[in-house]
Amino acid sequence: MLELSKLSKHFGGVRAVNDVGLKIEPGQIFGLIGPNGSGKSTTVNLITGLLGVTHGSIKLAGEEITNLPTHVRLETGIARTFQNIRLFGQLTVWQNLWVAENARAQRERSSFLSRWLGGERGARARITRALEFSGLADKADELAANLAFGEQRRLELARALAAEPKLLLLDEPAAGMNPEEIGALDDRIRQIRDSGITVLLIEHHMELIMAIADRIAVLNFGQKIAEGTPAEVQAHPAVREAYLGAAD
Amino acid sequence: MDFYLGLLQIMGVHTLLGLSAYVVLQTGQVSLAQAGFMAIGAYIAAMLTVLSGWPLIAALIAGALVAGLTACLVGFPALRVHGLMLVVATIAFTEIVRLFFFNFDYQIARGSLRVGPLGGEGFRQIRYFPENGWTTLHVAIFIGTVVALVMAALWWMDRSRAGAVLRAVGEDEIAAQSCGINLTAVKVSAMTAGGAIAGLAGGLYAHYTTHIEQSNFTILLATFAIAYPILGGLSSVFGTVAAVIFIQGFLVEGLRFLGDWRNLLFGALIVLVMNIRPSGLLDARTMATLRRLFSRKEH
Repeated sequence: MLELSKLSKHFGGVRAVNDVGLKIEPGQIFGLIGPNGSGKSTTVNLITGLLGVTHGSIKLAGEEITNLPTHVRLETGIARTFQNIRLFGQLTVWQNLWVAENARAQRERSSFLSRWLGGERGARARITRALEFSGLADKADELAANLAFGEQRRLELARALAAEPKLLLLDEPAAGMNPEEIGALDDRIRQIRDSGITVLLIEHHMELIMAIADRIAVLNFGQKIAEGTPAEVQAHPAVREAYLGAAD
Repeated sequence: MDFYLGLLQIMGVHTLLGLSAYVVLQTGQVSLAQAGFMAIGAYIAAMLTVLSGWPLIAALIAGALVAGLTACLVGFPALRVHGLMLVVATIAFTEIVRLFFFNFDYQIARGSLRVGPLGGEGFRQIRYFPENGWTTLHVAIFIGTVVALVMAALWWMDRSRAGAVLRAVGEDEIAAQSCGINLTAVKVSAMTAGGAIAGLAGGLYAHYTTHIEQSNFTILLATFAIAYPILGGLSSVFGTVAAVIFIQGFLVEGLRFLGDWRNLLFGALIVLVMNIRPSGLLDARTMATLRRLFSRKEH
């Protein structure tokens, strides 16, 4: 689904991401972990186009997307959530999804008028479905800023799903959540995968990621130091060293 | 009576000017270029009726189109600057336009008179209304109709997906991009629409005052343009109208009996209102309450 090859991002002398290669198969939950500052968020920003690559390439379902502008990437099928929630606070919950659903309409080339002015019936159904999936159906007319923290996280997820992406990037979706909410998140991510969306999950919460990821890659200082199933990664000496420090 | 009709005309034009800034502000751009766009619309529309003998509505539309086109061209470089830098850049634009008209002469002979813009002297004798037998009442109704049409269009846009997209850009550009929004298209479109509305305001203004000059279109006017929607609250077009009524109707005209003290109180009252209602006269919460009240009545 997603293929990164020799992906690099240098900020001056700092190699935030260096020669990272990844291949994510369709229908997988792929985990990306690493200590703070290891280049995870930079990788996400490269995949979504918020940062330009220094060199290397990004392919989505075989198509080269390395140089596409950010807003076109959602049309090609990449949606994301943010580590620090970025909702449109003064828009209602419904409007937050309505804005993002436009990318799908664009992908299917629906007519200008129905896209911008009308309450297109298909869009309405899709947004309602995304809201129900995230347990926000009764909050549709609430301003996003007035939601509780957990609801805001769910809304961000719903917004990402509203455009019906092929690949969903989740940047630390469990940050700040209590165990109960993490349990619900675990279920939701599995359901998303089962509905046919490939998931790239970046997470600090090891319990969650080890439980649901089909495959995990570990970054440290901008480089990939290990990749494999959760069990393989946990047993990998380089990973232990990166997380626990070398036994010197 | 004529005094009140005159006041209605002023408020109508200022409402349009405020709405032109309202559209642009929704995308998070603070533009002080609106006075410049208004000047362009005013001069173009007036030249077309006076010099070329165009009918009023065609001239107003042409003025709005030229102002909108200029705004579109201003919109592209404006993409690269944010916040205060955009404020400074758009102030520069308004000044450029003002100085252009300060030096702009284009007069033709009409009988014993010479008509047309004449630099610092301004553009006199824009006599479309009196020549065609429009009374003050007709003019007031005409301006009111234009304002109502623009308000209805913007109110409708606010409720459409386009309105949500504009606000999304204003709130968070990074999130907006990640939601598939083309920032360039949205910001330039908003600037263009705002410019066209300001141009329309200018055309109306030129014809009801019959005399325009560069000193009408200063940074002070541009400040008023953004003050209306900010003071009124950005959640609805009615906020802008409320602010125009408050400033033009109450502060400028209603307090005239205070003489020179008026200006002092004027500033103080604006500060007071902004403290009492920091997110505008009609903020999102007030609008929600109003909507609930009205929808309850329907059921």
